[in-house]
Amino acid sequence: MKIIVCVKQVPDTSGKVAVNPDGTLNRASMQAIVNPDDMNAVEAALKLKDETGCRVIVVTMGPPPAMGMLRELMAMGADEGVLVSAREFGGSDTYATSQILSAAIKKLGIEDDDIIMCGRQAIDGDTAQVGPQIAEKLGLPQITYAADIKKEGETITVKRMLEDGYMTIKVKTPCLLTCIKELNAPRYMSVRGIFDCMDKPLETYTYETLKDDPLIDLATIGLKGSPTNIFKSFTPPAKGAGMMLEGDDRDTCDKLAGLLSAKHII
Amino acid sequence: MATFNNTDLAAYKDVWVYCEQRQGKLMPTDFELISEGRKLADELGVNLCGLLLGDNVEGLAKELGGYGADKVYVCNSPLMKDYTTDAYAKVICDAVNQLKPEVVLFGATNIGRDLAPRCAARLHTGLCADCTHLDVDVPNYVEFLRDVSTLDVDNIQWNMENRNLKMTRPAFGGHLMATIICPRFRPAMATVRPGVLKKAPVDQAKANACEVVMLDVALTDADIQTEVLEVIKASKKLVDLIGAEFVVSVGRGIAKDIEGGIKLARELAEELGGVVGGSRATIDSGWLSADHQVGQTGKTVRPKVYVALGISGAIQHKAGMQDSECIIAVNKNPDAPMFEIADYGIVGDLFKVTPLLIEAIRAAKAAK
Ligand SMILES: Cc1cc2nc3c(=O)[nH]c(=O)nc-3n(C[C@H](O)[C@H](O)[C@H](O)COP(=O)(O)OP(=O)(O)OC[C@H]3O[C@@H](n4cnc5c(N)ncnc54)[C@H](O)[C@@H]3O)c2cc1C
Ligand SMILES: Nc1ncnc2c1ncn2[C@@H]1O[C@H](COP(=O)(O)O)[C@@H](O)[C@H]1O
Repeated sequence: MKIIVCVKQVPDTSGKVAVNPDGTLNRASMQAIVNPDDMNAVEAALKLKDETGCRVIVVTMGPPPAMGMLRELMAMGADEGVLVSAREFGGSDTYATSQILSAAIKKLGIEDDDIIMCGRQAIDGDTAQVGPQIAEKLGLPQITYAADIKKEGETITVKRMLEDGYMTIKVKTPCLLTCIKELNAPRYMSVRGIFDCMDKPLETYTYETLKDDPLIDLATIGLKGSPTNIFKSFTPPAKGAGMMLEGDDRDTCDKLAGLLSAKHII
Repeated sequence: MATFNNTDLAAYKDVWVYCEQRQGKLMPTDFELISEGRKLADELGVNLCGLLLGDNVEGLAKELGGYGADKVYVCNSPLMKDYTTDAYAKVICDAVNQLKPEVVLFGATNIGRDLAPRCAARLHTGLCADCTHLDVDVPNYVEFLRDVSTLDVDNIQWNMENRNLKMTRPAFGGHLMATIICPRFRPAMATVRPGVLKKAPVDQAKANACEVVMLDVALTDADIQTEVLEVIKASKKLVDLIGAEFVVSVGRGIAKDIEGGIKLARELAEELGGVVGGSRATIDSGWLSADHQVGQTGKTVRPKVYVALGISGAIQHKAGMQDSECIIAVNKNPDAPMFEIADYGIVGDLFKVTPLLIEAIRAAKAAK
């Protein structure tokens, strides 16, 4: 049994974000982090590893510096890492990304008791599409928004969150799950883990490695092959700052109530 | 490679809205999508169709007509009583392949975001997630950009004939906006954020005229690989942030007296006739339940008045409330970013300001 976790390195959008004059994101100015939901996916996989002794493989598609992230995840406890990286893969939308990651997962092989895990969504694109699209490309059942995962033999029972409650869903392996932050609290790297991680296998899959898979068709991957294109990107204008109300607290509150009343808001 | 549905784009016509129902009740976002879909269908000069899946759900169809649907396709099966990705994706993809719509919209609910990507991947077409604005006609799009962007729209060469669906959404946590198109494949698909698009007034004549079309459903047990054991509705009533005209939200600023802070917010909300919301910090700390969260990973609200008490104004929070008609910020830090978008700002301690504000509003109302 193995668990393959798809992990993305993303710019930390919670800090200051710089936008280039052409409207693209100045990634160089931002710190790269592991996508938060993906940390929960890794933790869920490591928990199952603690219980069953299975193998955990972390897979990322991105530029070569993402290797550092894979090493960190191996220091947390993942057994192997795969970096999927090629010029041909750059600029892929979620559809194209899911085809490439699916090809990489197929290369690793999917056995009857395997699980694929993703984060629910990545904070740079915020789409939550890649997980379900991988499941479709691999022909696996999916359960998204997993807030609790129990495994008994080849049966997985998942608490799947809805806005107004939850569902409990049963599925057989192999399957794909997407994880949300309510699932767990990710562990830290251990000293031992940091020591060991450099000896663990880390492979790179290039275009050459994957090109024989029918999913890797230049007409359907990369910037040119992606079904969606960016028509325009832009920054919202800074909203003109409104009125700061001056005076002591009672004055400001009276003023505000007066303004709201004059505008018939109250 | 699988067959691509890009051989004859012109064969794809009509705007479809996937109308989600849970336990036989339509979701509020269905009406927003039908109302918006009407506008798009008119711009394209095609029909607007609802797509309704479930077990004996045809009774819900006419209501969708009231918001502008010309037609509602209904797919019934006992196997679709509970939502499963497998059953619903199969029935939707079969219907799309048979009837060939050029646009399909889904609500970006937890279920819409499970279903739409699965369908898009199977149909080999593009999907844009969590859109906040849609256009077909270029002049409308240009006017939209004039309002919401820093682009010099008059000095851009526009191809007025571009009839692709233009799907606009925030990216990078709201730091950037992007308009996405799907020029080579059909249908163009989008999930749309609940609470963002405006619902049209109900038109009873349209509801009566709406055509209900039952579609054949080819579904067997073998198509469904998951088993739904139970569906549990949250026992307590959830706060209706999206429907509220007044929202009073609290942030970490209430830390020194959590109960007191929430109580003040409740009182102010009651005085205004609204509800209480919160920043993610208050949800992560367990002070308010998750249904209260406003922002990128919470709900998007655009009430008449949004009051932010002790909320710093992180971009992820702003992403969920910056389109409110009037924003009032109370914060003891004069440099809090929330003041940059507030219509009215009060620098002060929320524990002192809020009671005075409630009093002042009460007095102003009484004086009317
Ligand atoms: C991927 C991602 C998604 C996120 N999604 C969301 C989201 O959906 N919604 C969301 O809200 N956040 C979200 N966040 C978190 C966001 O970045 C901020 O951390 C959060 O909004 C901060 O909450 P806050 O303003 O309550 O707390 P703080 O930033 O700590 O601000 C507290 C404010 O209270 C003021 N204050 C303190 N005491 C008082 C007092 N007595 N009277 C008046 N003012 C006082 C302080 O001056 C300060 O400005 C997200 C972050 C990430 C990374
Ligand atoms: N480039 C990538 N490499 C590895 N995993 C990815 C990549 N992009 C997306 N994912 C996975 O898909 C999930 C959803 O991403 P998204 O659809 O971009 O919001 C993420 O949480 C990851 O688990």
